[in-house]
Amino acid sequence: MNKLKFIIESAIKNNPTFVLLLGMCPTLGTTSSAMNGMSMGLATLCVLVCSNVVISMLRNVIPDKVRIPAFIVVIASFVTVLQMVMQAYMPLLYETLGIFIPLIVVNCILLGRAEAFASKNGVIDSLCDGLGVGLGFAVSLTILGALREFLGTGRIFDMVVYDEVYGSLLFVLAPGAFIVLGLLLAIVNNIKAQK
Amino acid sequence: MGKLQSSLLNMVLSLGVITIVAALILGGVYVLTNETIAEAERKAQVQAISEVAPEFDNNPLEEQFLYKAHAGTKDSIDIVVYPAKRNGELVGAAVKSVTKNGFGGEIVVMCGFETDGTVRNYKVLKHTETVGLGSKMQEWFRTDKGSQNVIGLNPNRDDVRVKKDGGQVDAITAATISSRAFLEALNDAYKAFVMMQNNREEGERNE
Repeated sequence: MNKLKFIIESAIKNNPTFVLLLGMCPTLGTTSSAMNGMSMGLATLCVLVCSNVVISMLRNVIPDKVRIPAFIVVIASFVTVLQMVMQAYMPLLYETLGIFIPLIVVNCILLGRAEAFASKNGVIDSLCDGLGVGLGFAVSLTILGALREFLGTGRIFDMVVYDEVYGSLLFVLAPGAFIVLGLLLAIVNNIKAQK
Repeated sequence: MGKLQSSLLNMVLSLGVITIVAALILGGVYVLTNETIAEAERKAQVQAISEVAPEFDNNPLEEQFLYKAHAGTKDSIDIVVYPAKRNGELVGAAVKSVTKNGFGGEIVVMCGFETDGTVRNYKVLKHTETVGLGSKMQEWFRTDKGSQNVIGLNPNRDDVRVKKDGGQVDAITAATISSRAFLEALNDAYKAFVMMQNNREEGERNE
């Protein structure tokens, strides 16, 4: 129960998109639709959990001065494994996410959690942290993607809500990512301020 | 267990071991997934060919014909023609064509032709066009509305270019560059298909 609370807490309090503002490149780049946002979020979640676990296992055998290259090797390996597995068993998804999969390597959430959490805490705690933060990221990306898809094309997860001609394409394009993210951040901050 | 000191030996050992283990794991996964990836790609290829080409009973992958379009220029591309045959008779082809002139970069299209060069069907295999604009090409050019449908046109007889360039095809609204690139790929595919037919006849004469 305690662990579950910890996972939920780290998903909300350490939410990478709305609180930590980390990993903005995939956040803005992949969320042109709800499906893309969710897939990217889940892929990152996978890598984050794996890398957090392995890094916390290795935390005592990695000397401080070479910890960054060591973390990056671990993260990059998981991303490459994920990429090959996706290409083999989920070629369609792999096509849509394309270049963003390799870009998970340079997502600062991964290195951030490795440095700030996994390198200082035990395996189970790091697993929960990875799950929590990863879920937070996936949910945020899905919300952002769904909003942009809805405002831009009148659909959510490819289901038509209203006719496409009334949508504003701006929201699907890059500027829309900034506008929607900005508005969501304003809402989140407003809620936090009221508490 | 305390943390390892950052001595030279420790650093080299620790990084070395981590990298070697990572390399082994990656190599292993590569070997495991290599065949599945190739198989998945081949399947997707055959799937796309049978979607656009007339019904065939040969193996178009084995009889593919390579055509280099715009050779020597910066637009140089490789176009692959997959002949579709029934009882040894050519009934058309699927042509995998590429263009680098899309709004977001490369567009890969599989185009299907009848023997006389009539466009039978097409399928966009890969593109990075703007969502909601250029990305509509998968549907746009097969919809019967105005003169946006390219299926049934013959690049030999019809001017398969966007109207802005003097052709007869309606471009996607607000995505002229994507439309232009798509039609360019289609025209190149047609050229490659004609090349393949000419080559075959020459080959037959030589025999």
